Amino acid sequence: MRPVYLVSGGVSKFAKARPDVTFQPMVKEAYDYALKDVGISQKRFTEIADGSVASYFSDHFQRQLMSGIMVQDYLGLCPKPSHRVEGGGATGGLCLQEAWKAVASGYMDVCVAYGFETMSHVQTWKGNEFIALASDVSFDYPVGGFYSGYYAMMVTRHMKEYGTTVEQMAAVSVKNHMNAYHNPYAQKRDRLTIADVRNSPMVAWPLTRRDICVMSDGAAACIVASEDGLRKLEKAARTTFKPLVKITGIGRGTDAMRMADRPHLQVPLFPWEEPYQDLKYPGVHSFRAGRTASIQAYRHAGITNPLEQIDFVELHDAYTSSEIQTYEDMGLCRYGEGGPFAASGAAFLPNVDYGLDFPGEVGKCPVNPSGGLIACGHPVGATGLMQAVFALWQLQGTVKKHFGDGKLQVKGAKRGAIHSHAGTGTYVTVSILQRA
Amino acid sequence: MAKTKAQAKVKAVKPALVVDDAKQEESLEGTVLYNVPFPKDLKQLKGMAPIIIKHPYHIDYVHSYGQDSPFFAGLANKKLLATRCPKCGYTYATPKLHCMWDGAECNWVELPETGTIHCFTVCHFGSEEFLKETPFILALIEFEGANTRFLTRLIGFDPNQASLDWIGMKVKPKFKRLSKFKPTDVYFVPA
Ligand SMILES: [Zn+2]
Repeated sequence: MRPVYLVSGGVSKFAKARPDVTFQPMVKEAYDYALKDVGISQKRFTEIADGSVASYFSDHFQRQLMSGIMVQDYLGLCPKPSHRVEGGGATGGLCLQEAWKAVASGYMDVCVAYGFETMSHVQTWKGNEFIALASDVSFDYPVGGFYSGYYAMMVTRHMKEYGTTVEQMAAVSVKNHMNAYHNPYAQKRDRLTIADVRNSPMVAWPLTRRDICVMSDGAAACIVASEDGLRKLEKAARTTFKPLVKITGIGRGTDAMRMADRPHLQVPLFPWEEPYQDLKYPGVHSFRAGRTASIQAYRHAGITNPLEQIDFVELHDAYTSSEIQTYEDMGLCRYGEGGPFAASGAAFLPNVDYGLDFPGEVGKCPVNPSGGLIACGHPVGATGLMQAVFALWQLQGTVKKHFGDGKLQVKGAKRGAIHSHAGTGTYVTVSILQRA
Repeated sequence: MAKTKAQAKVKAVKPALVVDDAKQEESLEGTVLYNVPFPKDLKQLKGMAPIIIKHPYHIDYVHSYGQDSPFFAGLANKKLLATRCPKCGYTYATPKLHCMWDGAECNWVELPETGTIHCFTVCHFGSEEFLKETPFILALIEFEGANTRFLTRLIGFDPNQASLDWIGMKVKPKFKRLSKFKPTDVYFVPA
């Protein structure tokens, strides 16, 4: 496999609704930003680009099939090769990895990964119905299909198994909303307290509205290139790009669609990890796909101590509970320690005031410095690519330039992990990005 | 479908009348519009507000339960069926015709008459189809002798008294007298 660089990226401002545009110009906003950031005109870039991968989740939301090709032609990328990827909430993460594959394999030198979702075309509760169709329509959906309900069941088991508390979950919400306060791309930029989160309307016990991400319209785009591709782009831009960011680790995993089918087995261990006694794994309290993806990505990137060797993580926090479960899957702490880890301060940014007291070292490994899905929004097909763009800016040290506020810049970040996750943990991707 | 019950709670720290994100629920009822104002000067068109229309989409699907059909026939006859692998004995409390460990074709068996709550939630909101049924309780039920679990509704628990203590409690199935051939033909109540 050849070395692969993440060269540039762009994100549209995520919003509850974008009635001012259809999805194609919304993707163009993100795409134009990515091109402008490397100083290459669309005409010149089109001559260089070898193809693309399109990322969007639902055909129901738009009532439009083959939206991908409509973006491809709007961006002027026809007749270059392209395909659509779909894997629920992990669609964006899968898309970035498909672009990586195209470049790593030598099939392409420059590949565009673009993604979008327009969720405002139906009302919230109809949207929840569409999303719930991503559960078994014979056995799961008819019982009361509701994703917040599914994740709530997973967390009541996590609480029972490990003693995880709603206050620990609320700390995640406070963190991500407060981070987003400094991110102009985010949809929910709120200063909250633990009490605000708990007093917010109950959606699916014990998850309140502030434990759950919102639906959005939004788009994101990434430019991925080989060393040859990089040279072509630099020539077109009449400059050398610095610092460079490489994609150094790729991992993916899966699990059964029906939560009821999740087995009780042994934990797949990291090479450095002590075995667990009497832990029925994954059950519904953990994401086996997330652990599987992490093991692969860390092995690929040569990571042997994630907490020490990863400077920040952008992970899929559609629910505060799933951020806590994901700390464990990704080995930032052991299984069962996700709750205390959330409250310890380790995942918070050291220079942001959250109005909380922490028992431990603050900022050991900031998680979701951008604000994550809970605060940025979750336009499904764009989300995983948004994480890649925000991680790229962290590693370039350009957060201030792009956000107009450097508060969220993780100082001296050299290596970041991004984590994309679909329906109750059915598909999960982990990708490692590193300053070259 | 509009949800009429109050969706916002009073925050303790603010005056009693201030609610978190108070709003009237949106509905899709509306009038049909046959024309809109149009400027003489085409340059003004870029400042025009977007035209937003209603686009209904109704479908009746013909959905076959296929190999899982005996399960639904079982519910109509007050029997809760599982499948068991003849090779390894793995038992699927939510039926699967083929074993995920060895690919063998499973046989139909009856589940025990009681189970325990593995995990649960109380849905205070839901998808549009189920919104009118809120608050309702979802739970996964585990059974002695079965390796996987079963998703169901719990009845007979107070949705406003949700507690982790419910996990591990004994429950038993109840069947609807008039079957609808849905997994909700069975629900669970305290045993
Ligand atoms: Zn078997």
